Amino acid sequence: MSGIQESIIIRTVVRIMVPFIALFALYVIIHGASGPGGGFQGGVIFGAAIILYAMIYGIEDGKKIISDKVNRILSSTGLVLYAGTGLLCMVFGGKFLQYNAVPLFPNPAETAAILMDVVEVGIGITVLAVMVSLFFDISPPETEDDEMFPEEVEQ
Amino acid sequence: MKILALFAVLLAGGMLLYAGQDLPAFGDQNSPAYQHPMTTRFIEESENETGVYNIVTALLANYRGYDTLGETTVIFTAGMAVILLLRRREL
Repeated sequence: MSGIQESIIIRTVVRIMVPFIALFALYVIIHGASGPGGGFQGGVIFGAAIILYAMIYGIEDGKKIISDKVNRILSSTGLVLYAGTGLLCMVFGGKFLQYNAVPLFPNPAETAAILMDVVEVGIGITVLAVMVSLFFDISPPETEDDEMFPEEVEQ
Repeated sequence: MKILALFAVLLAGGMLLYAGQDLPAFGDQNSPAYQHPMTTRFIEESENETGVYNIVTALLANYRGYDTLGETTVIFTAGMAVILLLRRREL
């Protein structure tokens, strides 16, 4: 545990900030249809919230939120959600990703807007899972002592 | 070697600055990008066709849905490659 992780100020601020950052990420994803934003940006912000938590409270606590197994499932779930939306359009007789072929609402444009939101959520899930997975994989293993850079263990 | 690298950087930067003189002015409505028929088509029809106000999102997620699916696949593949290369523990 390094010095910055013991600071009560940083721990408290992070504990308060993380839910709001996550909420803002959801806002950015859903708001992508009518303003700046979208799945990529929102996914990165949500991933940053989890990474911030894991940086201060430790990798082990971070993995309690989103474990490696969940991470692997999520990163492919987003892609399946995207491609599945495209295939759903084919089921209803349209082309791949031709959203207005799905008879969800009487107005085809409304259906397209809803399915575009689904696709954005899929992008967000994949980006979030990949970002968190990258952070967990390149972070050094935690040690008992206070050394920032522990020496290599003799093989 | 550093002199050579500096020369290469200066040469490339000079070429970019020289080529940048011919770019249309920012927001120039006579520039080729605004004159193309597809620009008018997207501005006028995208809201009726896709149901979203944001033309950028309409292009990204609807007209160019294939492209965005490919981008998401690239991110997914990059993540999987990092897991394969860096994960030292048992899965």
